Amino acid sequence: MSRDTALVSADWAEKNLDAPGVVFVEVDEDTSAYETGHLPGAIKLDWRTDLQDPVRRDFVNKAQFEALLSERGISNDDTVILYGGNNNWFAAYAYWYFKLYGHREVKLLDGGRKKWELDARPLVTDPVTRPATQYVASEPDNSIRAFRDEVVAAIGTKNLVDVRSPDEYAGRLLAPAHLPQEQAQRGGHIPTAISVPWSKAANEDGTFKSDDELRKIYGEAGLDDSKETIAYCRIGERSSHSWFVLQELLGHRNVKNYDGSWTEYGSLIGVPIALGDEPGEA
Amino acid sequence: MTAPTAAGCAAPDQAAPLPASIDLEKETVITGVVRSTQGEAVPGAYVRLLDSTGEFTAEVVTSPAGQFRFFAAPGNWTLRALSRHGNGDAAVTADRGIHEVTVTVTD
Repeated sequence: MSRDTALVSADWAEKNLDAPGVVFVEVDEDTSAYETGHLPGAIKLDWRTDLQDPVRRDFVNKAQFEALLSERGISNDDTVILYGGNNNWFAAYAYWYFKLYGHREVKLLDGGRKKWELDARPLVTDPVTRPATQYVASEPDNSIRAFRDEVVAAIGTKNLVDVRSPDEYAGRLLAPAHLPQEQAQRGGHIPTAISVPWSKAANEDGTFKSDDELRKIYGEAGLDDSKETIAYCRIGERSSHSWFVLQELLGHRNVKNYDGSWTEYGSLIGVPIALGDEPGEA
Repeated sequence: MTAPTAAGCAAPDQAAPLPASIDLEKETVITGVVRSTQGEAVPGAYVRLLDSTGEFTAEVVTSPAGQFRFFAAPGNWTLRALSRHGNGDAAVTADRGIHEVTVTVTD
């Protein structure tokens, strides 16, 4: 994978809004943002009600994903362009789902909603419906998804990359600062995890930094690209953004997103936790 | 059907009153309004909270009345706003409780 295959620019998107076989899909952290204006022709996926299982703590299974995409009118042959607010956090999370379930052509809109809005490009409130399809998903590709036992076993052996803000890494905050801080889980990070906040990979307008800049950031942070890598954050969406950078833009192999992330790890009984700004010992 | 919100990360409505469950003895709330140089509220501005090293901590979009709100921790923070009317910064030293800050954006 590379920038050419995984990313489209706002200019490209604006020229291809009506292109046949291209479906724009908005996925926001603020799930009401779509209704206030969206790219012309774009449909919406709600990361909470569409992408999460309504009962278990897990995301939708293969059959649920197939039903969702069929109902929204996305076919296996469509090129899906994902975009959203908050620097594409949740669009990157959806991108990771589409990859996990084997969608062939999926890309992120560089800069997402923010760049689109700051550029004053067109947003509309028209309802969008697409004819239903018969979407067929692949079995989940768990080579890009890490589970908790694997994460605990990775301490001191694989690259663990904590992509939360420095204060969350150190245990001074328990959530991103636009959310209340009182949470059930303990603060801190997984011992030996390096801190590379997701935001280091993005420019202020939400676009990704250049490949050279990205390689430098992870190189200086001490990421050993001969080892497997597991990225995590609080609930798995910011780490999808960093997973996208490492695997889809820089072409690293064996990068996994730990979507259980800190809300799971910080609630486990008996696992080691490191506090403060240093990675800590295995 | 609403999914459980334990993993919830939905950006809260910036104009909504503070939920009653928020304990101001424990939370450090940094809130305020983004204004143009003419003093008008700027809705739809992107406001980010940077920590004492300048690293990104969070970002929200201002409400129709230009409001933003963060839940931080005691310390020194910088607010940085981006909008179609220009950009601006404001520094804040926060302790527990509510801190109100105005960020003025200029071209």
